[in-house]
Amino acid sequence: MRFSFANLVRQSFSGHQGWPEQWRDPEPKAAYDAVIIGAGGHGLATAYYMAAEHGLRNIAVVDKGWLGGGNTGRNTTIIRSNYLWEESEALYDHALDLWQDLSQVLNYNVMYSPRGCMMLAHNIHDVQVFKRHVHANRLAGIDNEWLTPEEAKEFCPILNTSERVRYPILGATLQRRGGVARHDAVAWGYARAASALGVDILQRCEVKGITRDASGAVSGLDTTRGPIATRRVGVVAAGNTSVVMGMAGVRLPLESYPLQALVSEPVKPMMPCVVMSNTIHAYMSQSDKGELVIGAGTDSYISYSQTGGLHIATHTLDAICELFPAVRRLRMLRSWGGIVDVTPDRSPIIGKTPVPGLFVNCGWGTGGFKATPGSGHVFAHQVATGEPHPINAPFTLDRFRTGRLIDEAAAAAVAH
Amino acid sequence: MSGQHRTPRGGRIDRARPIRFTFDGHVYEGCHGDTLASALLAHGVHLVGRSFKYHRPRGFLAAGAEEPNALCTVTRDRARTEPNLRMTQVELYDGLDAASQNSWPARGFDVGAINDLLSPLFAAGFYYKTFMGPRAVGGTTMWAKLFEPVIRRAAGLGRPPTEADPDHYANRFAHCDVLVVGGGPAGLAAALAAARAGRRTMVCDENPEMGGALLTHPAAEVDGRPAAAWAASAVEELRRLGATVLPRTQGFGYYNHNFVALTERLTDHLAHPAAGAPRERLWQVRARHVVLATGATERPLVFPDNDRPGVMLADAARAFLHRWGVKPGTEAVVVTAHDAAYRTALDLHRAGVRIARIVDPRPRPAGPALDAARAAGLPVTAGGTVIGVKGSLRVSAALVARSAGAGATDHEAVPCDLVLMSGGFTPAVHLFSQSRGKLRFDAATQRYLPGDAAQAQSSAGACAGAWGLAAALDGGSAAGAAASGGEALRHAVSGDHPEDGGGTLGTLPHGRDPSRVKAFVDFQNDVTAKDIKLAVREGFKSIEHVKRYTTTGMATDQGKTSNMNALAIAAGALGRTLPEVGLTTFRQPYTPVTFGTLAGAARDELFDPVRRTPIHGWAEARGARFEDVGQWKRAWYFPVAGEDLHAAVAREVRATREVAGIFDASTLGKIEVVGPDAAEFLNRLYVNSWSKLGVGRCRYGLMLNEPGFVMDDGVVGRLALDRFHVTTTTGGAPRVLHHMEDYLQTEFPELRVWLTSVTEQWAVIAVQGPRARAILEPLVEGIDLSSGAFPHMAIREGAICGVPTRLFRVSFTGELGFEVNVPSDHAAAVWDAVWARTEALGGVAYGTESMHVMRAEKGYVIVGQETDGTVTPDDLGLGGMVGRAKPDFVGRRSLSRPDLVAPGRKQLVGLRTEGTAVLEEGAQITPVPDPKRGAHAIGHVTSAYASPTLGVPIALALVENGRALTGQTVYVPMPGGAIPARVVSPVFYDAEGERLHG
Amino acid sequence: MLLIPCPYCGPRPELEFRNAGHAHIARATAADDQGWAETLFYRDNPKGVIAERWRHFSGCGRFFNALRDTVSDGFLASYRVGEPRPAAPPPIPEGEAPRIGAGEEPRP
Repeated sequence: MRFSFANLVRQSFSGHQGWPEQWRDPEPKAAYDAVIIGAGGHGLATAYYMAAEHGLRNIAVVDKGWLGGGNTGRNTTIIRSNYLWEESEALYDHALDLWQDLSQVLNYNVMYSPRGCMMLAHNIHDVQVFKRHVHANRLAGIDNEWLTPEEAKEFCPILNTSERVRYPILGATLQRRGGVARHDAVAWGYARAASALGVDILQRCEVKGITRDASGAVSGLDTTRGPIATRRVGVVAAGNTSVVMGMAGVRLPLESYPLQALVSEPVKPMMPCVVMSNTIHAYMSQSDKGELVIGAGTDSYISYSQTGGLHIATHTLDAICELFPAVRRLRMLRSWGGIVDVTPDRSPIIGKTPVPGLFVNCGWGTGGFKATPGSGHVFAHQVATGEPHPINAPFTLDRFRTGRLIDEAAAAAVAH
Repeated sequence: MSGQHRTPRGGRIDRARPIRFTFDGHVYEGCHGDTLASALLAHGVHLVGRSFKYHRPRGFLAAGAEEPNALCTVTRDRARTEPNLRMTQVELYDGLDAASQNSWPARGFDVGAINDLLSPLFAAGFYYKTFMGPRAVGGTTMWAKLFEPVIRRAAGLGRPPTEADPDHYANRFAHCDVLVVGGGPAGLAAALAAARAGRRTMVCDENPEMGGALLTHPAAEVDGRPAAAWAASAVEELRRLGATVLPRTQGFGYYNHNFVALTERLTDHLAHPAAGAPRERLWQVRARHVVLATGATERPLVFPDNDRPGVMLADAARAFLHRWGVKPGTEAVVVTAHDAAYRTALDLHRAGVRIARIVDPRPRPAGPALDAARAAGLPVTAGGTVIGVKGSLRVSAALVARSAGAGATDHEAVPCDLVLMSGGFTPAVHLFSQSRGKLRFDAATQRYLPGDAAQAQSSAGACAGAWGLAAALDGGSAAGAAASGGEALRHAVSGDHPEDGGGTLGTLPHGRDPSRVKAFVDFQNDVTAKDIKLAVREGFKSIEHVKRYTTTGMATDQGKTSNMNALAIAAGALGRTLPEVGLTTFRQPYTPVTFGTLAGAARDELFDPVRRTPIHGWAEARGARFEDVGQWKRAWYFPVAGEDLHAAVAREVRATREVAGIFDASTLGKIEVVGPDAAEFLNRLYVNSWSKLGVGRCRYGLMLNEPGFVMDDGVVGRLALDRFHVTTTTGGAPRVLHHMEDYLQTEFPELRVWLTSVTEQWAVIAVQGPRARAILEPLVEGIDLSSGAFPHMAIREGAICGVPTRLFRVSFTGELGFEVNVPSDHAAAVWDAVWARTEALGGVAYGTESMHVMRAEKGYVIVGQETDGTVTPDDLGLGGMVGRAKPDFVGRRSLSRPDLVAPGRKQLVGLRTEGTAVLEEGAQITPVPDPKRGAHAIGHVTSAYASPTLGVPIALALVENGRALTGQTVYVPMPGGAIPARVVSPVFYDAEGERLHG
Repeated sequence: MLLIPCPYCGPRPELEFRNAGHAHIARATAADDQGWAETLFYRDNPKGVIAERWRHFSGCGRFFNALRDTVSDGFLASYRVGEPRPAAPPPIPEGEAPRIGAGEEPRP
């Protein structure tokens, strides 16, 4: 049944008894044409585009837990595309284009809200770096503009633009198409749309082994729900990518770190946009429910524990209280951690691996949510055709051999 | 008068100390020791707010931290306003001003209540199914433009403060042998056992008064004393033994390696806090052992309209009666599946509350509690149920059905103004779960209990499933003893009822159309049983999905009263057991914690330490403008007579080039590298060769990271065969030392080298310009400054103004230059002397901006401006510095990677433009004047200035194959059109370097 | 916040340390480009026991190695640079606290 206001009204008269399951909960088949490992936003989007644009219907997405239960449901939902390097610009802006009508395409309100994403400059080096972004983005046709401190204050009135603070705001960039979306809805929307096209979403189906034939190519998966034969596997397992790839004997330039986020108690609207400060490490927006959504940093050590130290959260709140002194009396309601897979150049790896039939999409670090539609779209092309989409072609594993890194971190201190 | 529902005696309040307070503009009187909740209930006020989504009238459900409904905003002044406080935890003080939330114009008549009528539309997750509109137009969406603003305005709870919070917050780190979280019977017994064993003991409790359940059982005795008196004496003994006793302190987070965070409320309960007193304190405790004695929370029963004001948890009524001397109603119906509520009914009955009915859905309840109730003449309907209540702003009757599962028709309305409910007790295992202990589902009692601990931790009392005061005291004693190696003490208890038991989960049977009624599970988020069933029907099969789809358990009470019922309803709908459906994660914090408390003292100057040079005061007095570079404040420029940046810089640069300028370079990182293998060590850390550098000579060094990209640079002087004075960039100093230590300790441990940071020891005064020597000559002793004796790129030791100096002859301006290193304590005096000479000769002091301009005129790079982590020495035109003959240095192997030797790399060049307009730093460079959208940029401008020396704009840029483009025109596309620029050498001024050798 | 066993100073809070990534990475400068890329960037990133480097930055300043379980974050051992990786320690019995802070007494 289509999601629409009319159907919602109709259902409200019958106690909403008529809504079907949003996705099927099938038993695994013995074989699929392709299997995606990881039912997060990126994995589900991959499967959806493989079905919708490449006509592959006999495919599955497997996950050791519940769909959308990993980083998709744990991030601060920031969306933007004002990256520095041309390769990144193309990738993230492709995603931003897809965000525009994702709700309509999926028939699921993902609540993409282009509220504007502002990045603060606190020193002259920041100003130089951010202006370089503005110029690069303008050439690429990506909206990103420079704001004076006064203009920044006007856009986000609770911002402390006083010159008397420790690190005064010297200006900001603003991407007006940047914003937020409802993270769970993205996973659920892709799952529902993919399932409707015939994609089997197999939850609680943990991959325990990747089997290979005599030529070394992928031949199937061993899972907790039985063996699955397939010649094509796309791994989209975020923080657990190293573990999954290890089953095929593939080592990657990846490290997994805890990343924390937190929300305040809900309050009436006080924050109209997304504000990011890489320099003093603070990221904040306000959800539709009224919670201030705050991104903290990663812990310094590799961990799969999905928890981090309190000092990481308090450090972030130092900065939040400095930027937004009115929030000091608000309270932290909930904090949580995810496992982020980080590459040496802070850009993702999307492409082939040394094992024929095995593809990987990983390394999104702390900023993968915004790329969800674009990542799924280009990776679907990669897995379905075996060849990269032009947009993901530069994001190879081979760049670590050649040295042709796409280093967003080096230029901007931190990529988010 | 503190209210007509106040008992004549009893409770932990002081009737002799009345307190006046305001709620929604009405003035009331309460007593010292009241919470806002108890004080309002004493006046019969039950309706205290409206719910989040449906704007249903709501009253008090609980008496403590688990309260979901009764939220208020407390305002002291404009800046001190705080939304979303639980009234059950707000301590009364004279003049307290509180207001209800989420209603307009009044909580009794609320326009938003229309949502309750429209509620059939607002089922769980309705917003995912509609409000999408057509696709985005003009960069926005219908959702964002039209629907979202309405939803956002309707959502949120209280109003946020709009002004900066003036209060202070404190922080304390603490270590102890035994930390006890929870000061009820189990916690006090545990702390006593540990403290008596001589262990450093800490115990905290969220309430103002320690004692927990000991305070709500006046008939019970411990060690021959009334329970509450025993609690007070235990606290006294703990204090006497040196234990840290922290009331009003919530243990909110259990982290790795027995690190537990507590938040202590210090002044919120005071009418007139001392000026400057911290409002709250964050305790960060590392404990050898942690005893969790966090108690249990009573569960509501899920039946239609169970959210009406006057419907309350039975244990809350017990607390209001015994702790605060308040009768929460006059005529009560008690609905319970647990024996404890019978005891509460008896206590209320004795206090004069008429018990109209006790309804027990258990088919055959039995036991001493039931017997006692019957003996007291209380009417009991066993095996019955409640299928709803009457009354909207206050309950007026309970609809009691004789048998569970009967149709909605077969019921009687039992008039009452209070409905007490008990579904049994849920152990508070939050902190245990945060500690990563595994929870164990006890099928017999349908409870999750602490299983195996993951850290040095134990649980005692109700949170561990123990029931009754005696069991709690015993469990606490045993845990405290085990944690401390002490003895488990036995406490004699009487008047306790350890045989009480029972409990139920999920919805009570009610026989009404489940799609038409609202039986609330999560009160604050307005999640009903049918919402959870809808989620399950729509395929949300894990509790994590159900939670997210319905938002159950995600309100500010974190689901303390709702999670188990939600789980049971979901499990029932799925036909699975509870463990099969899973349990949501218990996340920090247990109760919400103030941001200010977590940030602590880190604000204003303490937000991040400010580093100032010894010359800072002089610069400040001269009106310098400063810039932040890392933690340093650096003098940016020295405006005189209203000059702007450009005017000041033009003057500073011209004067420096014509006469001389002095510059505070103290922030440069300085590392002393000492040892027999010092030269070899530098050989391996820098691209340059150091072995042949003579003593007394300097060299510009370039440092790479292991991937082969420029990481830092600086001048290195050789003071002796085994001693080098290394300088680094200002921002890079800590990174470089860490990097050096890393290689020294782990890769080249065979080298005999010692590294010492001397950044703070040496202040640096750069003296630059044709008259530099003339300035210094009279001040310097023991160093021949003549060009022959002291050539460019040399270093000498001697004295200046009577203090030791390491004098470098170096230049970052292209002029004759010296850098005077002096001990920091003497730097201000030396600067004064140097400045006096400089001023007398017509020179200036210049700041970082002029430094940048002058070095750019000379084509000198700044790491971090000309480089961005992707730049090699050759890209900068510095390939010649690389000691190719050296067998190894950090980064060497990477320099031959394919992309680092590929053609087409970006190279440093100069750019010249026509006119006076200065290019923008960061502007892109294209080969054509009219690049299409998405065109490839062949480079970007790294630095651009109006050159005061040349009188024209200059720029440095990184351009693909740039050196080969010398003489050609490239384009800098700008919003107003592309600016043509000619590629030139990056050295704009004195290309031969003659001025350096003056 | 972790409690980290410095082999020189004993257990100290994480705030005093800097993590320095995987331990026992041989600096294979003679390798081919792929081999060198693996030295620079490829990591085991284990879910389980990791041998990692720490520096007691605000303490003795020394780098050292430690074994830690990346699932529980419990330390299993710490040892000095140059010492071989200790044999895989026995798994922590279910329910037993991880052994942390087994550092030696400070030396003069």
